[in-house]
Amino acid sequence: MKKAAVVLGLLVLAAGLMVTRTSAPSAAAPTPVPPPADALLINAAGATFPYPIYSKWFDAYHKMHPDIQINYQSIGSGGGIQQLHAGTVDFGASDMPLKDEMLSQLNLHVFQFPTVLGAVMPTYNIPGVNAELNFTPQALAGIYLGKITKWNDPEITKPNPGVSFPGNDIVVVHRSDGSGTTFVWTDYLSKVSPEWKSRVGSNTSVNWPVGLGGKGNEGVAGIVKQTPDSIGYVELIYALQNHLPYGRVQNSSGKFIKASLTTVTAAAAGAAAQMQKDVRVSITDAPGANAFPICSFTYLLIPTNIPDARKDKAIKDFLHWMMTDGQNMVEALNYARLPKPVVAIEEKSLSQVQ
Amino acid sequence: MASLPIAVERRSRPPSRGRVRAFVAGLRSGDEIAHLITLMFAASIFLITALLVFELWRNSALPREHFGWRFLWTRVWDPVFENFGALPFIYGTVVTSSVALLLAVPLGVGAAIFLAELAPRRISNGLTFLIELLAAIPSVIIGVLGIFILVPVVRTTVEPFLKKTLGFLPLFQGPMFGIGLLAASLVLTIMVVPFIISISREVLLAVPVEQREAALALGATKWETTWKVVVPYARTGIFSSVFLALARALGETMAVTMVIGNDPKINASLFAPGYSIAAVIANEFTEATGRLYLQSLIELGLVLFVVTIIINGLARLLILTTTRRATAHP
Repeated sequence: MKKAAVVLGLLVLAAGLMVTRTSAPSAAAPTPVPPPADALLINAAGATFPYPIYSKWFDAYHKMHPDIQINYQSIGSGGGIQQLHAGTVDFGASDMPLKDEMLSQLNLHVFQFPTVLGAVMPTYNIPGVNAELNFTPQALAGIYLGKITKWNDPEITKPNPGVSFPGNDIVVVHRSDGSGTTFVWTDYLSKVSPEWKSRVGSNTSVNWPVGLGGKGNEGVAGIVKQTPDSIGYVELIYALQNHLPYGRVQNSSGKFIKASLTTVTAAAAGAAAQMQKDVRVSITDAPGANAFPICSFTYLLIPTNIPDARKDKAIKDFLHWMMTDGQNMVEALNYARLPKPVVAIEEKSLSQVQ
Repeated sequence: MASLPIAVERRSRPPSRGRVRAFVAGLRSGDEIAHLITLMFAASIFLITALLVFELWRNSALPREHFGWRFLWTRVWDPVFENFGALPFIYGTVVTSSVALLLAVPLGVGAAIFLAELAPRRISNGLTFLIELLAAIPSVIIGVLGIFILVPVVRTTVEPFLKKTLGFLPLFQGPMFGIGLLAASLVLTIMVVPFIISISREVLLAVPVEQREAALALGATKWETTWKVVVPYARTGIFSSVFLALARALGETMAVTMVIGNDPKINASLFAPGYSIAAVIANEFTEATGRLYLQSLIELGLVLFVVTIIINGLARLLILTTTRRATAHP
């Protein structure tokens, strides 16, 4: 009987150990670095596109205010919205402005703050063509709708005098993963083509009429590079860093514009007038002679009512810094900075947050 | 003290006295403890699976209510107009896994026979080490190699060759992008072959020497011994290596999405782009806004689970019938 007691005791002990084992890692996981005693930890999650500049901002801000630490997880816009909805983060981030129906699904009011600008442009691989091509909006919409199928289509050749195009089939490439890049691209196509708007629409993923899907900017660029006679679209930052060939796109004033940090900022400035009413304005195909037509803001989603007073103050202070001094850091990372009129509008709406 | 609860139990249930005594004896010798612990482990697997299905079921209520069974045969996947169907993804998953297994099983089993039966032991060990290394390569690396090395070869060599020789079949028609169902199947083949080789070789090596000696003594040649005695003896183990390969192929995500073309359409041609269930979930889950969209992706996870069960069941059935025939007429 004694032996049995020992065995039973061991069994209980083992069970106890197993319980503590299983509970231990989950308790240890969320705090990788123990913050100082009075430190304020702010959690945020969302879009991946602005992650490089956000992590730089949060790091720089932490250096200026050692007691405030902002943790940002780049889990994607959808994930950020989910987490904000679940209340596990203090604010979120999205590449796509939230529509009213999305806002009504959230159980809290949020302000949407544009932070930086991104642009998307066509990249292509046509053997024998080294020139920088000009694309009309009709050409891009036609290609992606599957209506323009050959490179020597007049819609493509007309704005490119002197370039001899092959008569080959166009291989269309798009993003397969849900992304803000796709949102900007489809938002632009919806604006310039009524047929695109009614048939396909704009979103982070759409039902593509034609084409191959590549995962990420690198996936699209990889397929375009590997496939003769192909066309795809990539993020400006990615194209600049990897020296990809990319084309000019005709803007609303009829000029062919090459994407660059200045032409993107010009597009945002052109749309500033509309932003007085709603910051969620789409800036694709914006007015302005020097505006690049395919670009958009990326947004922080800030709850209008933050119950913790210290957090509330810290987040507002950070937003103010981000729109002023913080903007000086963005161009080093190839993001386009916010134009002055947009900053003024945002400062005004920030003062309205309780 | 410890004898007390047992004594109480004895008194309250006199008829099971013998069983209790046997239980205590088992407890003393450790048998009962081993039994309990292993039972707990086995039960945990069941529990995890049940929990998984339950969660998938619970979190896909919206599309099940909205689309019903139609979800399974709808060919559209439209996040903008919120119309979702699983058929193109089921098709892509089943086709790429089947083609991959069709290529990988003869290749893997053949290589395993060579390594276990024919090759000198030193070469066999060296090659096996390399093969196990191949199994450890992360799938994203295989995917990148797929885009930059395999896809151009497929486009410029493999597909034109297939079109020229077997072009009368609808499987090998249409424009050749390189990227597509064929490239995905080839990448999957590369990924599952190491599993088949490695496990099949171990199983073949475990066949008792007496089996071989007996066959040789009866006058069989070396190859006859291998093919008619050793391989049938190891058959169950070889089959389980194929199951493992199948499971890996059905669930593979990263490498597939990089080369399959990610186009949810159903095409008879292997040259055409396609899409697999695992790939679309990985691609769209992070940016899926809107509850119907998100839950439709979760329902796809449920569909993948069911597809896996069905395919596994069919394969098991096939093996059961063939092995029965084999044992009936040796």
